[in-house]
Amino acid sequence: MANFFSDNKDLQFHLQHPAMRKIVELKERGFAEKDLYDYAPQNFDDAMDSYRRVLEIAGEVCGEVIAPNAEGVDHEGPRVVNDHVEYASGTVQNMKAIVDAGLSGLTLPRKYDGLNFPLVCFVMANEMVARADAGFENIWGLQDCAETLNEFASEEIKQKFLPWVSAGATCAMDLTEPDAGSDLGAVMLKATWSEEKQTWLLNGVKRFITNGDGDVSLVLARTEEGTADARGLSMLVYDKRDGGVKVRRIENKLGIKGSPTCELVFTNAPAQLVGDRKMGLIKYVMSLMNAARLGIGAQSVGTCEAAYREALKYAHERAQFGKPIIRFAAISEMLSNMKAKLQGARALLYETTRFVEIYKQYTHISHERSLEAEERQEMKFYTRLADGFTPLVKLFSSEYANQLAYDAIQIHGGSGFMKDYPCERIYRDARIMNIYEGTSQLQVVAAINAVTKGTFMEQIERYAADTYSECMQPVVAKLKELTAKFAEMVERVESGDKEKPGFKDFHARRLVETAGHIIITYLLARQAGECEDYINSARIFVKLAEGKISEAYTYVMNSSFDDVDLFKAVEQEC
Amino acid sequence: MKNQLKIVVLAKQVPDTRNVGKDAMTPEGTVNRAALPAIFNPEDLNALEMALSLKDRVEGATVHILTMGPQRAADIIRDAMFRGADGGYLLSGREFAGSDTLATSYALSCALRKIGPDIIIAGRQAIDGDTAQVGPQVAEKLALPQVTYAEEIVEIKDASLVIKRRLSSGTEVVECPVPAVVTVNASAPECRPRNAKRVMKFKCALAGSEIAAAPDSEAARRAVAKPYLQIVEFAAADVDPDPQQLGLSGSPTKVKKIENVVFQAKEAKRLTAADEDINSLMVELIASHTLG
Repeated sequence: MANFFSDNKDLQFHLQHPAMRKIVELKERGFAEKDLYDYAPQNFDDAMDSYRRVLEIAGEVCGEVIAPNAEGVDHEGPRVVNDHVEYASGTVQNMKAIVDAGLSGLTLPRKYDGLNFPLVCFVMANEMVARADAGFENIWGLQDCAETLNEFASEEIKQKFLPWVSAGATCAMDLTEPDAGSDLGAVMLKATWSEEKQTWLLNGVKRFITNGDGDVSLVLARTEEGTADARGLSMLVYDKRDGGVKVRRIENKLGIKGSPTCELVFTNAPAQLVGDRKMGLIKYVMSLMNAARLGIGAQSVGTCEAAYREALKYAHERAQFGKPIIRFAAISEMLSNMKAKLQGARALLYETTRFVEIYKQYTHISHERSLEAEERQEMKFYTRLADGFTPLVKLFSSEYANQLAYDAIQIHGGSGFMKDYPCERIYRDARIMNIYEGTSQLQVVAAINAVTKGTFMEQIERYAADTYSECMQPVVAKLKELTAKFAEMVERVESGDKEKPGFKDFHARRLVETAGHIIITYLLARQAGECEDYINSARIFVKLAEGKISEAYTYVMNSSFDDVDLFKAVEQEC
Repeated sequence: MKNQLKIVVLAKQVPDTRNVGKDAMTPEGTVNRAALPAIFNPEDLNALEMALSLKDRVEGATVHILTMGPQRAADIIRDAMFRGADGGYLLSGREFAGSDTLATSYALSCALRKIGPDIIIAGRQAIDGDTAQVGPQVAEKLALPQVTYAEEIVEIKDASLVIKRRLSSGTEVVECPVPAVVTVNASAPECRPRNAKRVMKFKCALAGSEIAAAPDSEAARRAVAKPYLQIVEFAAADVDPDPQQLGLSGSPTKVKKIENVVFQAKEAKRLTAADEDINSLMVELIASHTLG
């Protein structure tokens, strides 16, 4: 019986983090619901026991249903039938298993039939689903849209939609259009208020919409006639049962083929306003995107896990020159690096998830009562960390998913290039992860403030002040050296940007990645103190970090201001 | 079909013989139970699914598990509750030890008389004994009609079920009045997964002897406070049996000897791809009744 939770010690380790006590207390509001619902936890241990049991169910569904279906779904794909999406047969089976297992509405409050689980558990389930089938993760993971409704919508809308999501309704976020991709301020889909029908009516086209024919859609639309920028956009919720949206086509993609990417035509589709007008992009989409980025972080880590396991298995099985290829230094080095990156990305994923979780819970609590001064301060503290770490985890994990998928094929050799092994699907699926929900380049833009405003450095100093086990001392000493280099780089780039505008943008990625390498190494070093399984990965990752940071350091410190123009010269080419 | 339809699923906790490792047998040739995890007998899960899908279709129907075994067999009752069963009965006691299929079916039929179900559904056979006898024997002892090798309940009528059977040469559709015993084939739909909310709700469900074993545990306190968390436990005396027909004394099957057969490499035979070699192999296999 394949179980993607029971077979993954690293995942189980992260569930045991000491911060879980605080997270569970916050999420359960001091176990206020223990006598109101027969499935609510009585105390911390009871809650943790329930999380483990439910994650084991999720692990079993992933291992026994979703993973075996992945190849068939990849081949069959979804179709458009009578203007609507028909999922591949394996996807239908996956959905049924998910609904039967009650794995919808994982984080939603119990009053909307949710499980009221912490985000950490959702991210873990997300990661396992992605390991089983990255494309299906999109369909399942989009239930996270309901969190945006839970945070910003009226009680009436919540009552209508949230229990439906808990019962298995699928979601979509309808943001992008043919002329509005990364630049969402250019969205043109029109929302007009109909006095006669007492509803908003949506008209226009959306493109590249994941699971576009989902039951519940959050639609970014222009409610303010005559505007052309972000300030005229609002968020609306559309109920598929009301009709008015046709699927014009499903994109033919390189990977995640089971996930229908739709072009949608809205014709007087009725919709309800979520929250306040004009706040659609500025507030709600930003919240949605942050959650989605964490989701892609989880999807990427799940993909890393799948790639690493496929590569490891093949390296043991395949013999050449009279021995399994894992016994060749070139292969074992690749696998060691893959494992360190996988565990490093996962460490960053759950560190970030905990930051997001704590500030989100304070946000919810602040809607119920006013926060104490100390709580307000804590909320601010974790919000700042979450804002910096979210793009960092999206950047690193999605790039690693691609690197690991690439290496997995390399280890398979010629066989990996054939359609016979899962690694070719993993490779195709991974390719979108550093593109959608904001490209890696945009994650750098989102994260660079955390470099220049000191968020990353302050957190690195907090990590440095922790105590580390004896065997991690050389790693920590190296990290201190690398941190000094990072400070030099930041100093040079910041002062340089004053003299030559564009100098910071030019080096932004090198700075963000340097911060990330240091942070990930600290996280692994900390874990190595608690569990010896991480000692090797910490030692290996610090080598990767040193190599990468030395390269970035050399580049930045030797870079003259002319470089900005040097790399702009290509603009004149045609 | 009537309201309040009472369905009982017969289930057994078995060693997981599908995942047999090197240490599955002791040097003495007996099963090393410590090396084999105890699981829900696979075809009993198919039976549970059939019962649950019947419950989905008949308003007010209930599904309970009946299992005979040691205290830890309550695990599969809980597992069934996690998947949708309403509750269960654990038939447990020293008197039942050493039962063969005859004594088992006798004990189960005594318990079933107490429970009074409308429909009894069981897996075709257990993976440890592979006899496929217990279900049919229960039917005989209760004088109920039986449908074996069932794959699907095609139709539910007022007082009967239309059932598709999977046979070696094809399928057969039969109609059977209820009460009845149905045994389910592995080709029937797989059991639905455990459900998150049900796991959280029923994880502290305990049988009486489990509560008695650790009365101060949190689980026991919760089980005592909430009737839906109490798994009914029957001791032998609770089901009014004839003691002579229970356990070893009620079991005519005697195991004379257990032999551990180990194939040796020297028994291997080398053949070429030539026609005469293949021909002689075929003749040999047919003669030894391996083929044909």
